[in-house]
This record gives sequence, structure tokens and C-alpha cells, in this order.
Amino acid sequence: MKPTDTSNPEYFHKVVDCQWGCPAHTDVPEYIRMIAQGRFSDAYMENRKSNVFPGILGRVCDRPCEPACRRGRVEDKPVAICRLKRVAADHRDDISARLPKAAEKTNGKKVALLGAGCASLTVANDLAPLGYEVTIFEALDTTGGLMRTNIPAFRLPPKVLDEEIGYILDMGVDLRFGHRIDSMKDLLEEGFDAVFVGTGAPKGKNLELPGRYDSDRIHIGIDWLESVAFEHTKEIGKRVLIIGVGNTAMDCCRTSLRLGAEDVKVMARKPRGFFKASDWELEDAEEENVEILVNHSPKEFVYEDGKLAGMKFDLMEYKIDEDGRIDRGTSTGEVTIPCDDVVLAIGQDNAFPWIERDIGIEFDKWDCPVVDETTMMCSRDGIFFGGDSAFGPKNIIWAVEHGHQAAISMHKYCQNEDLHDRLPMGLNLSSQKMGMHEWSYSNDYDGAVRRLMPHVDLKERFNKLDIEVELGFTAEQVVEEVERCLNCDIQTVFTEKLCIECDACIDICPVSCLTITPNGEEDEIRSRLKAPALNPEQALYVSDALPHTARVMVKDEDLCVHCGLCAERCPTGAWDMQKSTILIPYAADEAEPEQQQAAAGGSAK
Amino acid sequence: MTYIAKPKIAHPSLPKNELGLTTRDYEGVVSTLCAGCGHDSVTAALIQAVFELDIEPHMLAKMSGIGCSSKTPAYFVSQAHGFNSVHGRMPSVTTGAYAANRDLTYVGVSGDGDSLSIGVGQFVHAIRRNLNMCYLIENNGVYGLTKGQFSASADIGSKPKKGLPNQQEPIDPASAALALGATYIARSFSGDKEQLVPLIKGAIMHSGFSLVDVISPCVTFNDHEGSTKSYAHTREFYKHVANIDYIHPSEEIKASYAEGDAMPIHLHGGDTIVLRKVDRAYDPTSRAEAFKLLRERYNAGEITTGLLYVNDERAEMHELMHNIDTPLSQLPYEGLHPGGDELQKLQSRYR
Repeated sequence: MKPTDTSNPEYFHKVVDCQWGCPAHTDVPEYIRMIAQGRFSDAYMENRKSNVFPGILGRVCDRPCEPACRRGRVEDKPVAICRLKRVAADHRDDISARLPKAAEKTNGKKVALLGAGCASLTVANDLAPLGYEVTIFEALDTTGGLMRTNIPAFRLPPKVLDEEIGYILDMGVDLRFGHRIDSMKDLLEEGFDAVFVGTGAPKGKNLELPGRYDSDRIHIGIDWLESVAFEHTKEIGKRVLIIGVGNTAMDCCRTSLRLGAEDVKVMARKPRGFFKASDWELEDAEEENVEILVNHSPKEFVYEDGKLAGMKFDLMEYKIDEDGRIDRGTSTGEVTIPCDDVVLAIGQDNAFPWIERDIGIEFDKWDCPVVDETTMMCSRDGIFFGGDSAFGPKNIIWAVEHGHQAAISMHKYCQNEDLHDRLPMGLNLSSQKMGMHEWSYSNDYDGAVRRLMPHVDLKERFNKLDIEVELGFTAEQVVEEVERCLNCDIQTVFTEKLCIECDACIDICPVSCLTITPNGEEDEIRSRLKAPALNPEQALYVSDALPHTARVMVKDEDLCVHCGLCAERCPTGAWDMQKSTILIPYAADEAEPEQQQAAAGGSAK
Repeated sequence: MTYIAKPKIAHPSLPKNELGLTTRDYEGVVSTLCAGCGHDSVTAALIQAVFELDIEPHMLAKMSGIGCSSKTPAYFVSQAHGFNSVHGRMPSVTTGAYAANRDLTYVGVSGDGDSLSIGVGQFVHAIRRNLNMCYLIENNGVYGLTKGQFSASADIGSKPKKGLPNQQEPIDPASAALALGATYIARSFSGDKEQLVPLIKGAIMHSGFSLVDVISPCVTFNDHEGSTKSYAHTREFYKHVANIDYIHPSEEIKASYAEGDAMPIHLHGGDTIVLRKVDRAYDPTSRAEAFKLLRERYNAGEITTGLLYVNDERAEMHELMHNIDTPLSQLPYEGLHPGGDELQKLQSRYR
């Protein structure tokens, strides 16, 4: 194998699994260390830099970081990264002085953002400090988009939304409520320099089955949740069937319980393990005694005396092959389950009836706009997409990242620069050795298990629709949970010319991830390490030929707990623990120095 | 040294031995030796060896005297028995322990100072008795604990960190043991575990006195240019003459050894080691040849390593003394203490 090129920022970035897994590349270990030091405001601002909505995401993020977390491979459960983010948000001081400021004077460029959801708000957050005149068009009378209308208040209190969205709007964004755009063509005539479409995927999928339109007690999930959020819907029948088992279904079933339902069943077509909902959302629903019935495929709505009385299902049986793939299934019988209401939560689609098809915006075969994944621009120059409206339903954190990238593109577009000539990611490495046996981070591996989020009492929480169920970690829990972080950004960095091949690092490594061995092909090297490297997703860090024997030092990154004992034991300093900071470019980094200062919260004179 | 403990966490795919234990279960407390000390690698090799031999931790006795080397027993198999004796007196303490309980596996860890200076008399007589133990010398040519004076194994011309080169003739523990009639003599290097681990396994399973002389560089006082016991010097001049593979009783001897290159040796307890000769002309069962080789190669500046001599014919201590198979520690009180009448009878025989 060739020596690993650690000058490429991507290598060490990938070692920080959480940050690599996060679409917005939030520097997780850094903010967790800040929390450990009680620096909640710093931790909040570290988060805000990349994910803009720490308080919101600390409650409802889809947390791609957690399945990626190395701790989940080393033992069972990952660090509770998401809820630690909430800790930073809950305990921050007044940070208003540190927020981005609107530019002192406009740069004369006007941008229109459609939809006041997370994608558009991120664009506004990035562009307002640079002097852009930002106008947000919102069809409803509230901000937040699906974050407000589809995520129930018992998971995400409106106060949290208002606060964090307020930080952005306070920069002087022109927000136009109740302003639905019906024609892209007309909007383009208003003379905006760039347009950003952040209108989400607003169309809930329907289920065209017999009897679908014979009752008003059959609801489309996201529409129904929105109606509940605006208090148009205040009750539901005693017996409710939720069709689908994604995260929206979880919100629907738990909302039903708060509107008076007593018997709520979630009807899954497939067996467990094939559910779309995140594990923790399933857990939270089941804690509230929601029943999940598997292998029920909806067939028709059943009526008695003209009233919806139940729903008929095919009972399914599936074959699962060796690779874990499931077949289409066969029906083994039928069952009718009585109910008063049915909520359809089987996914959502994009819908762009308001974009004329003859204005140079190309649509693909699924009727979605063709969007460049790097620049977020569609086939018509100056029009950008982000969030669910770009590539179909994803999640908030992806929408934020789209917003950041679109903001860079919109800035470059407005400044007549090449959209593809973007600043690369950078990398800083700095040694963490403080002295004899002293490292600047908490390198002792702590065997504590993941803390459980305390919840409001199972009876009390149903008293009102907006009682937030999760209470947030206690101080004691925070102290334990922060220590579970393995500090993966404190990298093991090897300098081969210093190595005397004394084996000290190999002998001390608690997880047997180091080997000195003759060089070879990757597959073959993987099989003959001290502990075989079985996870091909994780890289081998291979040195150049060592000075004494020309063998190579190989480190399997997979299970390294970053305890630093290799560096602690190395007599020559060939191993060192160095903190890697991934430098992620934002729109401000492409801008003039005074605009950068405003974006960083510096005084707008 | 460090005081940062090795975390209690292990790689999930770490192999398990027949007792269901991993190498992590055979570890001791964290080493307080200098970072990079060869002795820590020897510790790791010992852990690997006893792990692979499926030795039950409570059936192992770790013996040592005084010195950097003699701290080693603290760093492996915490659950084993141990005795940290007076300087140079490990062999006689081991003799006593072995006399009382012949069922335990005895591993003594000593150094060039402990064995070749203050304890040289003890070392000599343990060999004479053919004490059934694995005697490991962590040989670095200096007194590390007293800051780097030459030891009795320092080569002529080897340079200290400060001061004049050594002028006195070194004692080579392997040659000395050969002259004294030791029955298993090996030499290796702390930086070559592939060779060292099987040699330790063979030494543990050999019935009788087994010497493993390990060049184990002192990273603090003897790893500089001009030293003949540094990592760099050892790597440059050490040569394999005969390596061994230890064959677990449950394994078959692999047929892949070329004729004349490999030689199976059956040990007393039913174990087998396969000797792999790097130098085909060399016969490690011949004491005279071993002596010749050691002297010739030493004069040529080479460090000969591997299994240098083996003799599985000679009886070990208990056999020589015709003792019973049952360890004294397990005999009933009556058996050990026949009573006053028996004593009278015995004494009357000498009147």
C-alpha cells in the first residue's frame, strides 16, 4: 500500500465519524468538550456555525451522526450527541452579541427565498451579513415550514423555533407572510438577482384504495399534523389507525393520543427492521403504548351504515434473502381492524405546479427539478434549490447544508464568479501534548453506558398537546455522557523517521489496532494485522517504510478509542496526538473581510 | 513511564484460547518502565505465550529479583502467583517453591545485573540442579535503575552515554549456560516477537532449566550510537540460526517443512516443538557445535538468535531427587509429618 496521504483534509475528517456523517459537518467532539468544560454558549456557537439551529436540532435532528459514532462500534450505544446539543442550547447565556450581524450597507443585490423553512433561513443567515437584501416569501402566516407544522409541539416547542428563527430574521430580513408564489415566471419578473426555492416536499402521499373518498375521517398525515398545529383540528376518534411506519407516522400516532384517541395502532406493511422510522422515535411511541402491527398491507376501507368502520388488510408473509433484502411478499389471508379514523403517513412528494415548464427549468422523470449537487443551481442560471425541494424528502440537517452550499453559489453567482471554483476544505493539526503524561483532552476511556433521556410522566404528558416530553439531561447525566465521547478529532499522527520499532505502541494499544508488518496489498494486510481489520468502511493508516527494517506501521482506524497511549508510550515522539480542525468554507469565507467580520458576529459599525 | 492505565476495553474480534480468555485477561498492571523499554515488549511476548499455551492464571508462578527486569512480573497475569525476591536470589526462591509445588509453571524474569553479577552464583546452581523453570534474562548491558553503568554483559568496546568504552570481558549467559549443562538455551530480541513467542513457549513446556536470553534495549541509557545493545545495532547484526514452532498437542505437525530444514522434538509432557533451521548445517542438539557456533559468531560481531541448544534427555530436579509426583503442598498433614515415633526410628538408624 502507498503511505496514507494525511495532507488531504478528507483523511482525518473521515476519522471523526460523527462529523463525517453529519451533512453539515458539525464539529461534534469540539462542542462536547466545550460542554464538558461548562462552556455552553461556546458550544452553542460552535454548533450554530454549521447547523444554524442547535436548539431545534438538539431535539428533532435525524442524527446521522449517532449511527456513525465510533462508540457504537466499540460498545453498543453511540454517544447521545443529539441530546448533548440540546444541553448546549438549554444552558447557553445570552449569545445575541455573538450572532451574525446584518451588513452595514447593502451590496445592491436582491435575493428571493421561497418558503420560510430551515433551508431558506440558512441561506438568509449566510447572505444577510454579506450585504444582500433578502426577501422571504412564505405561504403561511408562520415561520419554520415543516419544522412547525409537522413536528408536534410536544417534541419541539414553538418557543425554541421562534427564538432561533428570530436570530436570523432580526438581521433585517424582509419576511412576507401569506405570500404564496403561484408563478415562477411572475416572480422572476420582479428583478431579483438570485432566487432560492426552499418550499419543501409539501404533498403527502395518498392511498388510492376502495372507499378512500367516502369518509372525512381519512386524513393525509402531514396535512392533518399541520391542521393540529394550527388548532383547526382539536380531536380525533377513540380508535385510530396510522398507515405507514416512518417518522411522520410516529408523530401522528403520538399526536392522536393527545387529541383523545385511546387505541392507536400503527399498521406496518413489512416486518420490524424494515421500518422507515428512526429507532428512537419508535421507542418513544411504544413507550406511550402505541401498538405496532407488522405484516399488514392495506386493502380497502370498510364501511357500516355509510360510516367508516374499519380497514381491511392483507396479512403478508415475506422472504428475506442472505443479503437482508426483502421480497414483495405474499398474502396469507385478510383481517379487518375496526377504527374511527385513519391517518395516512406513507411518505411525501415534491410538487411544483407553480413552476412553469417553459422557463428553462428542467424536470426529471419524477417531476423533480434537475439540481446540481454541488452548486444547488438548477438548469436555469440564478435559480437555486435546497432542502426537500431539491432532491426529495430528507431531513432538517440536510436542508441546512443545502442552504449553506446554495448561499455560497448565490454569492458567487451575484458576484459573477465561477460557481464551481469553491474554496476547498482545510485542515489544521495541533499537538495536544501538554507535558509529561499530560494531554489537553480527557483521554481516559470511560466505560459508562449511554444515559437515558428523562421523560415527563406517562399520564401527565397527555394533559395538554404541547407538554414537551423530553426533559433534557440532568447535570449529572451531562457529566457522564460527555465523558463517553472518544475525542475522535484528537488524531494519532505518525512520523516514520522517528520510529525505532520498539513495539511499545503496539503492546499498549488497548484495542489492538496497531501492527508493524511488511507492506502488501490492502486486502491481504487487513487479514494479517494484530486484530484483523474487518470493517472495510474504515481506513488503514499506513506509514512509509520504517528506517530500521523497511516494514510499515499500520493502524486500523476502526476501533481506536483515541486514548493516546501509543503517543504516551512512544519514546521518540513518532506517535503524537494532534487535534484536527476541519475548516469548512461558508459564503462569508468567499466574501470581503468586513463582511466576514459581520458574519462572525463582529460589530457592524 | 506512565500512570495512565490501559483502558478495560478490548477489540471484539480478539481471539480466545481454550479457556475462553483473551490476551487482555493475561495482562498485569500498567508498566512504569521507560516508554519504549524493550522489557515491555518481552512482557507482551510473555502474555502472548502463556495465552497461547492456555495456562490457567492461578497455575502460573512469576518469580523475580531486583532491577528494571524484575519489575516485569507485575505487568503480566495479575491473577498468577508471584514472588519478588532479594537481588539475585530468585533462583533459590524458585527452587524452594518448585520443591513444594511441582504442579505450577515457573517463569522467572531476571536481568543481566540480577543474573550475571550479584546473582551469578544462584544462576549457576539453578542450572546445575536442572530446575524446571523458564528463566528469562532481559539483557540490556547496563544498570538502568542506577542510571546506566555497564553491566557484566556489556561488550568490549561498547560505548556508554558518557565516559569511556567498556574494556572488560562480557559474560554471555547463553555460553555460560551451555558450559554449565543447561538443557534448553535460546536467545532472541525484544523487537522480534515472531521469533521470541515460540521460544518462550518452548522454554515453558521444556522439562528442566530453560534459558531465554533476550536482548532488550534500554531506551534511556543504552540506545545510542556506539552501543552494542541498541535497537539499531541489534537489528543490524542479529541473525536467526534456528527458530522453533511450538505445536499445540491438539494440532498436527504441518507437512510443509522441507526435509533437513525442520526437526520435530518431542518434549516430556507430550508437547512437540519443530525446530526450523535457518543454517542447515547447524545441529542444536550438539553441545560442542553450539559452543563453537556461539564463539565464532560472537567473534564475527554477530548476535546469534534462535534455539541454540536443546537436550530433552536429562532429568529435571524432582526426577533427579526421586520425589513423588504429588506436590508437597497437596500431601496430607500425616504424610508430611509422620510423627515422633517415626522420628525416633529414623534417628536410631544413625546411632
